[in-house]
Amino acid sequence: MAVPKRKMSRSNTRSRRAQWKASAPTLVTCPQCRDPKLPHTACPNCGTYNRRQVVDPA
Amino acid sequence: MPTPTKGPRLGGSAAHQRLMLANLATSLFEHGRIKTTEAKAKRLRPLAEKLITFAKRGDLHARRQVMTVVRDKSVVHTLFTEIGPSFENRPGGYTRITKVGPRKGDNAPMAVIELVREQLAARTETAAAAAEEPAGSAAAETATEAGDTPAEDTTSAQTSGSAETSQAEGDADEAQADKKD
Repeated sequence: MAVPKRKMSRSNTRSRRAQWKASAPTLVTCPQCRDPKLPHTACPNCGTYNRRQVVDPA
Repeated sequence: MPTPTKGPRLGGSAAHQRLMLANLATSLFEHGRIKTTEAKAKRLRPLAEKLITFAKRGDLHARRQVMTVVRDKSVVHTLFTEIGPSFENRPGGYTRITKVGPRKGDNAPMAVIELVREQLAARTETAAAAAEEPAGSAAAETATEAGDTPAEDTTSAQTSGSAETSQAEGDADEAQADKKD
């Protein structure tokens, strides 16, 4: 079975993990309640899309 | 003809996909709106609209063809007696898919698929109602500004009263819009 020959140094581990980045989502303002929401998606705050009530707000 | 589906079957096999889509269509016709993943909603839409077209035709052959997909006789009955006739004037586009954001737990993109309940002529009315709503709020603002100029004691009562009435009107408008929906 293939196994690593050397221990992975902390430096290499941290260098690899430094590339794990989260990206900020694109947000737009809800025309009904002015809350930020995902584009082309019903507003999770007021439950409307295109001023039409789609879901009950959580 | 709807666009042919690309990629693997939902659930892994053709039989599994057929059963899932049949269950989704049954639930959609039973409840009018269902919440599911975006992928399933997009696959369900052409099947559901085909079944509604059968329901609009309404003869025995169409009913038997629908019964091969939707196994529940009571659901097929409501489909043929209520849902089909309600789409009499609508040339296709019987369902609407609205995205509702990712699901907690597995981050799957979710959507609501629903039967379109608005009549075709009512579309302009709803647009007019939406246009009136901001106008009404603007009128309320001007009323409060006008009320600020006279004596201080009367303004508070006037502004509060006008604000309440305008809010009530706005609620009434929203209620009407909801009824139209």
